[in-house]
Amino acid sequence: MAQHQVNYASTAGLPIALTTVDHLVNWGRSNSLWPLTYGLACCAIEMMASGASRYDFDRMGTIFRASPRQADVMILAGTLSKKHAEFARRLYDQMTEPKWVISMGSCANTGGMFNTYATVQGVDRIVPVDIYLPGCAPRPETLQYAMMMLQKKIRRESANMKKNTKQNLRLV
Amino acid sequence: MRKYTPKDNVQAKSYYTDRFWVAPRVPRAAIEAGTHFAEVLEAMKAYAKESYIEIGTLVIHIDAKENFEAIKTLKETCGYTQCSEQSAVDYLAQDGEFELFYQFLNVKEAKRVRIVCRIKEGEAIESIVPLFNSANFAEREMFDMFGIKVNNHPFLKRILMPDDWEGHPLLKTYPLHGDEFASWYEVDKIFGKEYRDIIGPENRDPARIDRYDTKRFSRVGYEVPFGEDITEGETEKPVEYSETLLVDYNKKSGKQLDHRK
Amino acid sequence: MQQPNKLTPFFENLNFERDDNTMVINFGPQHPSAHGQLRLVLELDGEQVVKAYPDIGYLHRGIEKMAENMTYNEFLPTTDRLDYIASTANNYAYALAVEKLLGIEAPRRAQVIRTMLLEVNRVISHLFFLATHALDVGAMSVFLYAFREREFGMDLMEDYCGARLTHSAVRIGGVPLDLPEGWVEKMVSWCDKVDYEVKNTYEALLTENRIWRMRLEDVGVISAEDALNWGCTGIMLRGSGIEYDIRKEEPYELYSELDFDVPVSDRCDSYGRYRLYMEEIRQSTRILRQLVSMYKESDPQLMAHAPQYISAPKEEIMTQNYALMQHFVLVTQGMRPPKGEVYVPTESPKGELGFYIKSEGEPYAYRLKCRAPSFFHTGVLQDILVGTYIADVVTIIGSTNIVFGEVDR
Repeated sequence: MAQHQVNYASTAGLPIALTTVDHLVNWGRSNSLWPLTYGLACCAIEMMASGASRYDFDRMGTIFRASPRQADVMILAGTLSKKHAEFARRLYDQMTEPKWVISMGSCANTGGMFNTYATVQGVDRIVPVDIYLPGCAPRPETLQYAMMMLQKKIRRESANMKKNTKQNLRLV
Repeated sequence: MRKYTPKDNVQAKSYYTDRFWVAPRVPRAAIEAGTHFAEVLEAMKAYAKESYIEIGTLVIHIDAKENFEAIKTLKETCGYTQCSEQSAVDYLAQDGEFELFYQFLNVKEAKRVRIVCRIKEGEAIESIVPLFNSANFAEREMFDMFGIKVNNHPFLKRILMPDDWEGHPLLKTYPLHGDEFASWYEVDKIFGKEYRDIIGPENRDPARIDRYDTKRFSRVGYEVPFGEDITEGETEKPVEYSETLLVDYNKKSGKQLDHRK
Repeated sequence: MQQPNKLTPFFENLNFERDDNTMVINFGPQHPSAHGQLRLVLELDGEQVVKAYPDIGYLHRGIEKMAENMTYNEFLPTTDRLDYIASTANNYAYALAVEKLLGIEAPRRAQVIRTMLLEVNRVISHLFFLATHALDVGAMSVFLYAFREREFGMDLMEDYCGARLTHSAVRIGGVPLDLPEGWVEKMVSWCDKVDYEVKNTYEALLTENRIWRMRLEDVGVISAEDALNWGCTGIMLRGSGIEYDIRKEEPYELYSELDFDVPVSDRCDSYGRYRLYMEEIRQSTRILRQLVSMYKESDPQLMAHAPQYISAPKEEIMTQNYALMQHFVLVTQGMRPPKGEVYVPTESPKGELGFYIKSEGEPYAYRLKCRAPSFFHTGVLQDILVGTYIADVVTIIGSTNIVFGEVDR
């Protein structure tokens, strides 16, 4: 958002910045993404590591929340089993709009190596996914890159969520 | 004719086995007198049908009806105070039986004993929870995975699979990818059966590639918005394979015969 | 008010009104301090737990079924995902079980490297335990400090095998790679750092901390008899005063040659277990230091020589016809171990991790049962949670150190 920064010297001292509502709202949304701690399996450990001392997720405005009511992003980190699927969907429903989903790791993307009876073959069967993050388990850097991609995506979206194509595809 | 696949064991099998291959057996040692295992066997004399030492563990085969008494003796007389593991092996296809094993540990002697018994399909086994609490979860897991009923278990209920699950996953008749019920389980449960068409069947082919699919994977660093067209004017072409791979050498070709004449 | 329909389903809460004036609360399966996907249904009288019912299976992935459908070598990377905090411990337990079945032994250098990796993993796992346990109890800064040292340990693993979490660093019959140059020196300096931090940071922050002691002392008491009866192993057993460490009692690998102590606590509570974890980190670094000279003295052979089961080294495959043929058969068909059954226990950081393998002489295991310590430690929750206060529930779950990858498998 550098182009909208107020430069007091060049704008004759006027504390005014001109921008569109879309930009302003998306700036706010994208820079304070609060993920829901949805640790399911091995990837959850890497998710914790990215929140811990070395990788320090907080500097990106990303603070893990334990309640779906306070979260914007759901990071589905790990294998989603069929027994757990309904709870994942329930938590997704409990999140307030606007909301996004990152599917972290191969198991969440496609079922990964667990091509078995008990594993959901890709979380996109139950919740709409915005970012697919490959790896088994993905490194914390990958998760941070995914978060940055999500920020880019949000900045491109219309602030009015109803216009977004994702809303029409809410079913899957 | 369609190739016959046996229905009683649908697990992966070796695609080739030498006709003359006879699998060797892990050496089994007899129990030497004067050792700790000899004392155990002496105490278990009334129950033991067969016994040997296999890779450091004393294996005792017993009758399934006497399992409670036998294990009680093992615990109280021989000092095997921990039941480390309990589960079953499916031999329904070969013998119509399950093989149950109990793994015990003697903390003082640092020795391990495995009690093995066999039950017919549909038979129940007596619970050993009054002796070992650790069998509580283990027996529930065995019930969940094999459908073996356990008498006098305090809370015999599915443990790993959901309560409304159909089938017992570790049976040899149960396929790895699950049956029809398993493949639609989460869709039926969350959205209902009418959403099966919208969501579609599971993709169980790990090698499937859809290169025009922007919904799922794109090149790292060149991500595009959801659903954007990335074909760049290219028309979709089916994947072509090398001709040499697809030559059917078994097909009788008239030309070759002509040459020979 | 959310309208119930199929698409946005309306989920009822658990029934709160009961005749006996107790309240039922649902803890999990998605709870930040449930260590994964544990679901506990707790019946409360006021703030006291009357009945606890652990509901597991939310991470059931069918690993035992996969084992029946994979050749022995194919299955090895799957074992990483059992106890994903210390993957090498699983790889090793599985590889050892298959080796016992085949009747082969890894060469000396492979044994040294394996023992090193096992102990590095033990330290990583114990640091992770400390971080999450402290976080659950409320000590946030310990989480950040412990993850710092853990990251350096992960760097060591990454230097060796390229992966941070899912290592697959052990093969059946040995290890695939020798240690990279300078690894041993890095490891020793990491050991020094861990020792220093354990003494001057974690223990200084926690051991005499009033809040920490109040939250942990006399919480989650398991008597020695109960611990044995419920199948507790590892630190859960040693925390109850029974000195049983598989590394000492049924030694495998190099543990019979190494000099280390097995710490035992008679306190039977969470605090005693915390002290044991700290002491075990020290013992692990002590083992690691002893291994350095053993490594330098050993021959450079890394894989056991057993052409019937294990492929020859790459140079032989590329130069000798017979080695290439063997390799082709082993890769396409898989090794065929002899008929028989084996149960091999190992001391993983969580407790007794054992693999029961039933082989029918085929390249696929007929039955593989993973005896996971956490599975039984989850079972004990239904006993020790009764009578405690709801605030202590989280402490007790943290203290049992369960990992759901191996509970549900």
